[in-house]
Amino acid sequence: MRFLFKTSYAQDIALFRHSGQRFWYGALALALCAAPWLLPDYFLSQLTFIGIYSIACLGLMLLAGFTGQVSLGHAAFLAMGAYTEAWLQSKGWPFALSLPAAALVAGVSGVVVGLPALRVKGMYLAIATLAFGFILEEGVVRAEGITGGNTGLTVAALRIFGIDFDNGRNFYYLVVAIASLCVIGVLNLLRSPTGRAFVAIRDSEVSAQSMGIHLARYKTIAFALSAALAGIAGALYAHKIRFLSPEQFGFLQSVELLMMVVIGGLGSVHGAIFGPAFWIVVQQMIVLAKDYLPPVIGQQTGLQPTIFGLILVGFVMFEPMGLYGRWLKVRIFFELFPFYRKGMFKRQKSYMKSERVR
Amino acid sequence: MLQFLQLVVSGAAIGCIYALIALGFVLIYKATETVNFAQGDLMMVGGFVGLSFMSLLGLPFWIAFMLAIVAMAGLGMATERIVLRPLLGQPAFTVVMVTIGLGYLARGLVTMIPYWGTETHTLPVPYKDEVIWLGGEGTGLVISVEHLVIIVVTVLLVTSLYAFFRFTRLGIAMQATSQNQLAAFYMGIPVRRINMMIWGLSAAICGAAGLLLAPITFVHANMGFVGLKAFPAAVVGGFGSIPGALVGGLIIGIVESLAGFYLPEGIKDIAAYIVVLLMLVLKPNGLFGDNTTKKV
Repeated sequence: MRFLFKTSYAQDIALFRHSGQRFWYGALALALCAAPWLLPDYFLSQLTFIGIYSIACLGLMLLAGFTGQVSLGHAAFLAMGAYTEAWLQSKGWPFALSLPAAALVAGVSGVVVGLPALRVKGMYLAIATLAFGFILEEGVVRAEGITGGNTGLTVAALRIFGIDFDNGRNFYYLVVAIASLCVIGVLNLLRSPTGRAFVAIRDSEVSAQSMGIHLARYKTIAFALSAALAGIAGALYAHKIRFLSPEQFGFLQSVELLMMVVIGGLGSVHGAIFGPAFWIVVQQMIVLAKDYLPPVIGQQTGLQPTIFGLILVGFVMFEPMGLYGRWLKVRIFFELFPFYRKGMFKRQKSYMKSERVR
Repeated sequence: MLQFLQLVVSGAAIGCIYALIALGFVLIYKATETVNFAQGDLMMVGGFVGLSFMSLLGLPFWIAFMLAIVAMAGLGMATERIVLRPLLGQPAFTVVMVTIGLGYLARGLVTMIPYWGTETHTLPVPYKDEVIWLGGEGTGLVISVEHLVIIVVTVLLVTSLYAFFRFTRLGIAMQATSQNQLAAFYMGIPVRRINMMIWGLSAAICGAAGLLLAPITFVHANMGFVGLKAFPAAVVGGFGSIPGALVGGLIIGIVESLAGFYLPEGIKDIAAYIVVLLMLVLKPNGLFGDNTTKKV
């Protein structure tokens, strides 16, 4: 096992903790670059989806996992980004301008949703975001001039500086580049005072406030950034799917994003990548397994929600730290071999802490 | 004027459904301080269970109704025992995620059960498509019996619940648990078993709501989304308040019905959410909610 002896603060906040991490992340970067030559087009396309959803999950993770604010309407921000991008592209804006614009529009809508968050907490916030999600979905249906309403909207093919990004490989590189930038951005944010403030708010609002953290400001920032990331994901999603309709951004999409984040592991940047990766891999496995299952089970449309529902319930009950938690456990098991104890990650049980004061 | 009254009556009927589901939320919230996002899906399962009793076993509606309620109570208790109890003492968000997962699971599972499936079913109720005229045939207020039954059954249910909480030992024990778990435990109340029963009660109420709603919207796998409109009802009334849930449900139902007629198309579906956002901005604790602050 590796012992780290930290001698400076710079070492404490370094992006890579030790040379081993540098090596493995470098290997991952190489593998991602080489993927288009190694994988068939279909899998490359799924990998692109993982990248897109990772960006959205990164946003939700920032909000739910690091700031402790639950959002049940995150698909709305995805929709904001997607439709802004589609509309600006149809007006002939270059991608370099329309992507930031999509992020900005989504971010501003995030601030609007965040406003009630300054007054309400917990369940009320979840319901406020849920309400916003539904209102926006209806708004998309009604604003037929921009969104095409229920008939849907076809998105133009993506061209940047005359290079065609319509084919799988170029678009894949674009998504990987943007997703990597987002991951590095979020990592940098989390080691800055703003990120520390987010975590403090998550752990205890009262103590954060007494340490001089301006709750309203930081919660608003968290909502804005989270929504902006979702907006970027939405813009890329628009170009990937090439066809937008309101029901793609409904309540179920919000729930699925939340499920990915929880399965990945709340409160870790890794989780925001693991979650969508796991989701899409399982989805593909279900599709593949359908041919081998007896038709009574295999042809059911309800198969996928059933499996994902079971997976989610299983994770929350048995592995609340998600895939990232499982990964940590496996790693520590090998690092400490043979001294790993069963109770090392034991969940602390407590009497129900009432939030009511009478 | 007649038109207005007409809308209020039909709104109140749908509002009763929202109120019943919101009542389910509130019962669980008061007892365990967690929110059950699968409430609407419990309602959907209730509808299907009732449907199966009627068409597969050929039971008359009211017997099927009673049996379905009992079955739902059993399902609610089993859910609490198997899934929720191991999570006792975990943060509220954990439990919320589990209930979201359960709802998602229920929607998938229901479509996989033979006979239930993805199709839309009609519940063959004896009072289907009948109407009653108040104040003269053809000129007065017309009330469909489906709406009337909803209102009457809701009133009956709520009165009996009130009596249950007020006069029975179990009901008082439930009240005590929801006021202070630890104190209730010290008084010798089996808190965990009470929690299980509250889940059962809440699921039973939702099952009743599902069966009452079935003649109007049919029984299908996505019926549970109606449950999402019960959140606004619970919030408007104040999340921890039983009378609040009823008033909130009625308000949401009536506002929705009026918005559907007087406002442009599309507003009807989101009226409930606009009301709840307004409520959260103006009075976050709801109409009947007590002013609670978080303990440090």
